Amino acid sequence: MISYGQHQFPGKLFVVEGTDGSGKSTQLALLYQWLKAEGYPVFFSEWNSSSLVKDTTKRAKKRHLFTPATFSLLHATDFADRTERDIIPPLKAGAIVLADRYIYTAFARDVARGCERSWVRDVYSFAVKPTMAFFFRAPLNIAIDRIVSGRPNLKYYEAGMDVGWADDPEESFTIFQGKILEEYDRMVSEFGLTVIDASRSIERQQREMRMLIGPHLNKQKRVRSN
Amino acid sequence: MQFYGTPLPGVEKQEDYPGKLIVIEGTDGVGRSTHIALLRTWLESRGHAVLDTGMTRSILAGRGIKEAKTGHTLGRLTMQLFYATDFIDRLENEMLPALRAGFVVLTDRYIYSAIARAELRNIESHWIRSIYGMALVPDAIFYLRIGTAQQLGERLLSSGRGFDYWESGMDLHLGQDFYDSFIEYQKRMLKVFDRMTNEYGFHVLNASRSVRSVAADLRKAVIKVLDEPAPSAEDKVSVMPPLRDKTTPAKPTSNLVDLNKKALP
Repeated sequence: MISYGQHQFPGKLFVVEGTDGSGKSTQLALLYQWLKAEGYPVFFSEWNSSSLVKDTTKRAKKRHLFTPATFSLLHATDFADRTERDIIPPLKAGAIVLADRYIYTAFARDVARGCERSWVRDVYSFAVKPTMAFFFRAPLNIAIDRIVSGRPNLKYYEAGMDVGWADDPEESFTIFQGKILEEYDRMVSEFGLTVIDASRSIERQQREMRMLIGPHLNKQKRVRSN
Repeated sequence: MQFYGTPLPGVEKQEDYPGKLIVIEGTDGVGRSTHIALLRTWLESRGHAVLDTGMTRSILAGRGIKEAKTGHTLGRLTMQLFYATDFIDRLENEMLPALRAGFVVLTDRYIYSAIARAELRNIESHWIRSIYGMALVPDAIFYLRIGTAQQLGERLLSSGRGFDYWESGMDLHLGQDFYDSFIEYQKRMLKVFDRMTNEYGFHVLNASRSVRSVAADLRKAVIKVLDEPAPSAEDKVSVMPPLRDKTTPAKPTSNLVDLNKKALP
């Protein structure tokens, strides 16, 4: 088993991270369009998307079967399947892989839920280290407003209701997101995350991302040249 | 409570439980389920409440694992984590509550089989041990040990189960067919178990003997774990209903064969 930081692949892996409502998925979609237009082979991989694990996760969420430990492990199972299936093969083939959420999401959420920091890091030590990991940092109140106004009903695990901080979903969600943000902030130096100020305009954030990614694309192969 | 590594989130290490956690380990086909069934009946007849559990029986992940195993697309890391999810779900929702309520928990396999399988698939030993660090250190671990992989193969045949893709380690491409692969895989498995015997303090029982004598030894050892007086004469192991009556002559088959069949769901 090859552990974090030791993989050597010709492809590149860019990931976006951040609290819900930070706008990271929008930015990744724009990046995807740009790389495609430039002629690079691009693959997209999303958190919680393994077809092998999906039914189990869905059922567990619906029936409230998770504890912090099993929530962590089942998401790690999902991530392992994606790593073995969707991430490593394209990287070996020299493609660009874009990931919407990566191991840092697990580190932030699972630790906020009460799992031990070192244990969660050990569980995910098989992950490929990203070429760059962008952390879209939005002030807590902005992120919460974006989510709460868009979706009146917060989901049970999304709001961290399972941990029992508060009976009111919105209050629980606020506490949970605060803890998550704290974990992200401490990961910036631990993992060298690239912080993007998510309170600025979409265009400006995208320009900054493209500028930062550019130097990593020098030797990348293209499926067609422009 | 004593854990192998990082404790379960939300559990106080200082907490103690009145129950006993007893593990029956061993490679495929050594008769683990037979012995658990016998132990359970016997313990219940002595007034103990018993919970028995085993791999892939969790409400959370059991079905998902079984489905994933029917296709051959389950990667080796994914498989380990899926099993770990199943294990922790059973630990938190079955074993721990039962131990707190004073049950004797009999578990068919524990983390050792999972670690052995991972090791045979070249998975980093620190990684898999760290994941299973959340496991409680059991009160006793009985390892039903059989001498050779060939013996295991014979038992499997006599039980009528035949060879399973994963039990034969077919994903490791060790042999031309299920039989060759099974023998090589189980040979390696026996080696890993031998290595783990000291590491984890297995109580080794020679499982090449008759069910009756293995069961008798198990009872003696379990009595010690439960801190009870030795079994009396009327506790003598009777593992079978009477084999013959006036009209039917004794069958030439051994006890073992019939028992294994009986233990099948």
